[in-house]
Amino acid sequence: MSNVSDFASPVRPTWCTGCGNYGIWNAVKQALARLDLAPHQVMLVSGIGCGSKLPDYTHANGSLTLHGRTLPVAFGVRLANHGLKVICTHGDGDAYAEGLGHMLHAARRNIGLVDIVQDNRIYGLTKGQYSPTSDQGKVSKTSPWGALERPVNPLALALAAGATFVARSWSGDVPHLADLIVRAVQHRGYALIDVLQPCVTFNRASSYDFYRPRVYKLQEEPAYDASDRVAAMQRALEWGERIPIGIFYQTEDLPAYEEGVPALKAGPLVHQPLAPLSQAQVEKLLAENI
Amino acid sequence: MPLDDLTIRIGGEAGMGLESSGAGFARALVRGGLHVFALPDYHSRIRGGHNFFSIRIARQPLYSHLETVHLLLALDAETVRRHVDALVAGGAVVYDEQEPLPDDLRRPDVSFFPIPLSALAAEHGGAEITRNTLIFGIAAGLIGFDPAWLEEIVRDNFARKGPEVVDANLRVVAAGVAAARPFQADFPFRMPAQPGAPPRLLLNGNQAFAMGALAGGCRFVSGYPMTPGSPVLEWMAAHAAEYGVVTAQVEDEIAALCAAIGAAQAGARAMAPTSGGGFSLMVEALGLAGMTETPVVIYEAQRPGPSTGLATRTEQGDLLFVLHASQGEFPRLILAPGTIEQSFAAGWRAFNLAERYQTPVIVLSDHFLANSLRDVEPAALDFAAVTIDRGKLLSEAELDSLEGGYLRHVFTDDGISPRAIPGHPKAVFAVTSDEHDEAGHITEDAQMRRRMVEKRAHKLQTALADMHPPSRYGDPQAPLTFIGWGSTYGPLRQAVDLLNARGTQAQMLHFSDLWPIPAAEVAEMLEGAGRTVAVENNPSGQFADLLRQVTGHRVAGRILKYDGRPLSPEFILDNLKPETVSGQWRRI
Repeated sequence: MSNVSDFASPVRPTWCTGCGNYGIWNAVKQALARLDLAPHQVMLVSGIGCGSKLPDYTHANGSLTLHGRTLPVAFGVRLANHGLKVICTHGDGDAYAEGLGHMLHAARRNIGLVDIVQDNRIYGLTKGQYSPTSDQGKVSKTSPWGALERPVNPLALALAAGATFVARSWSGDVPHLADLIVRAVQHRGYALIDVLQPCVTFNRASSYDFYRPRVYKLQEEPAYDASDRVAAMQRALEWGERIPIGIFYQTEDLPAYEEGVPALKAGPLVHQPLAPLSQAQVEKLLAENI
Repeated sequence: MPLDDLTIRIGGEAGMGLESSGAGFARALVRGGLHVFALPDYHSRIRGGHNFFSIRIARQPLYSHLETVHLLLALDAETVRRHVDALVAGGAVVYDEQEPLPDDLRRPDVSFFPIPLSALAAEHGGAEITRNTLIFGIAAGLIGFDPAWLEEIVRDNFARKGPEVVDANLRVVAAGVAAARPFQADFPFRMPAQPGAPPRLLLNGNQAFAMGALAGGCRFVSGYPMTPGSPVLEWMAAHAAEYGVVTAQVEDEIAALCAAIGAAQAGARAMAPTSGGGFSLMVEALGLAGMTETPVVIYEAQRPGPSTGLATRTEQGDLLFVLHASQGEFPRLILAPGTIEQSFAAGWRAFNLAERYQTPVIVLSDHFLANSLRDVEPAALDFAAVTIDRGKLLSEAELDSLEGGYLRHVFTDDGISPRAIPGHPKAVFAVTSDEHDEAGHITEDAQMRRRMVEKRAHKLQTALADMHPPSRYGDPQAPLTFIGWGSTYGPLRQAVDLLNARGTQAQMLHFSDLWPIPAAEVAEMLEGAGRTVAVENNPSGQFADLLRQVTGHRVAGRILKYDGRPLSPEFILDNLKPETVSGQWRRI
């Protein structure tokens, strides 16, 4: 059995005291332990931002990439070795600004990876600019007159793009988030978990006190049917005094992308032998050009 | 009279299928024992405009096209208008007699053969598209080439469309040969088949490169369609299931290179093929590969820029761009094959170099090399020479015996760290685009930063041992030396032959490995090279500048072509005038 401590890294986080990333980090490690995964069986892929440093603080395979490019790198990792559990952790700027296009394509491909978005609705590492999920009117260093844009709705976008697992949690409820991560890792295909998270330094408006009374759990409603995409879209549009968390939508009726790749029928690509072409193969290739 | 070298050109509108039928005729010629060099010229559009396809045919191996034409097959009057001046005296034009040809397009020293192309195609083939087959039947008839070879190609190429289509096209070939008969006496050039010749391949640079890459263990290709690089993705996709290659068309070139980097980090031999515009989007990810010491191959088939430029034409304008692309400094290797043979070799060498030096390798091709067809003997694709050398990749046994944790970027004497791929319990793998320590953890320590910069830079010095010196063609004592790189090999080689035949002693030095450059060795070669003239398909002479930077050598002249069309032997000779060699266009 693996333990949370198996994932302990010698590197200490540089996050602010009270940062929501601690909760997300703990939930990731708890989920990996519950799944009985060892550090070498997982690949954490992140971009750039406060939350994207999570792999550096975690003892597991990790690749910190470029801002916004978490998902395409993870796509390549997954296709090269679908024996690895690929888990992405990146912020709302990474996922929904520079990387938004990649998310829609990852969703419609249904590539088998977990996409955890640390959504604090602000840019933290660059010190306080508004983000794609900031409220319209958000006053920040780059929107002193108030943000003119309406926020993106990542869950609705993911649903529209054909995502097969669409969920939300928040960093103040680690057991709930850990449970969602476990389910996402077990999911067949692309799994988005948007994690609402306070930024105690640059976004005091979205605080623990803001979220705690507002969030409610979809899975505590006996009538909620997470296989109903239309119902999921309705809940995805709900925001304000009540904020739903949990699994909005899930279907495993669709194959993951990697299941359809002909070359992967023989197993993970990197485990397939890499040898020079046989004489018969060479002759066949040459014959194509005669 | 039999000729040992002639060029046939077919022209018409886009959408007429010139390129595929032209390639079919070229293949028939090769099967008939002749040598060809075939060059498509087309617009960035699917219908209309003017496209043409030129096939130079000879009894000896060819490396280049020539600008002169002996037989012009005109599917429309526009073809005559554009190309009648390229014809040699005694040459001929075949045109559709139902489409009157204005008198001002005629030349007294050229024959004009009116043949009812559309009517014959309709009568014998039942469809206008069979005009393409008809006209090559006519060409075969005029040059005295046994149409049996063309019939064989028709059977091969149309088999999947059914026996009716095959039969219709065979009837059209015969009709074409018959239609040519009355004009044969007025066409003086003959190129009969040479039966019994051993089989030869006909392929272009894209195909040769893709085959080399596959042979070299490329198992992951991600790309986004862009002329002229995407045929490599298409070729790999066509072979993916059979040879176990993962190919993915992704949402943009940023994703293409990022996916290749992810696959490479996970342990696959990975590549992203593109053109200059796509490479522009890849630049940030190129730096990621450099920083994370990820072995990845980028195939960049150049076309004229900036921006969209000339989408279906050629240039060598991206050399200094790919050499310097990215913020910061890190080692990259650049190969620029010049021939089919070198394209094949670059395909597998690139992956060995990438894994040996754990850094990106860029293979620079261009539209000219990527798309021009040349016949080679099968042994020219030297599969026997292919090796798969994964460099310092830790074996399973070495990983099993690792103690005390794995350091992805451990300092070594040559700058290259033993590489594990993720998945082994003793080698948990960590890389980051941030500056990092040996374990791959983020650091801002000044001393560590300095050492990591030096470690990465050191790899480029180590890589010098693997770089091929320029190849020489011609007499080493010749007082005139052309300096070329990449796709200019063929036209330059032909120019050397033409000059030597005229009594002007010339040679060429051709660079197919562009970076890093073994400076001392190259400087010595240039020292004894007499008068050096750089010949490049770009407006400034980028390689000449680079050579000067690295070796101090100043070329005596530059012959530069930047009209989007490939360098031709004639262009090189025409521009080899004293005033050009001493050069006024730009600093020399």
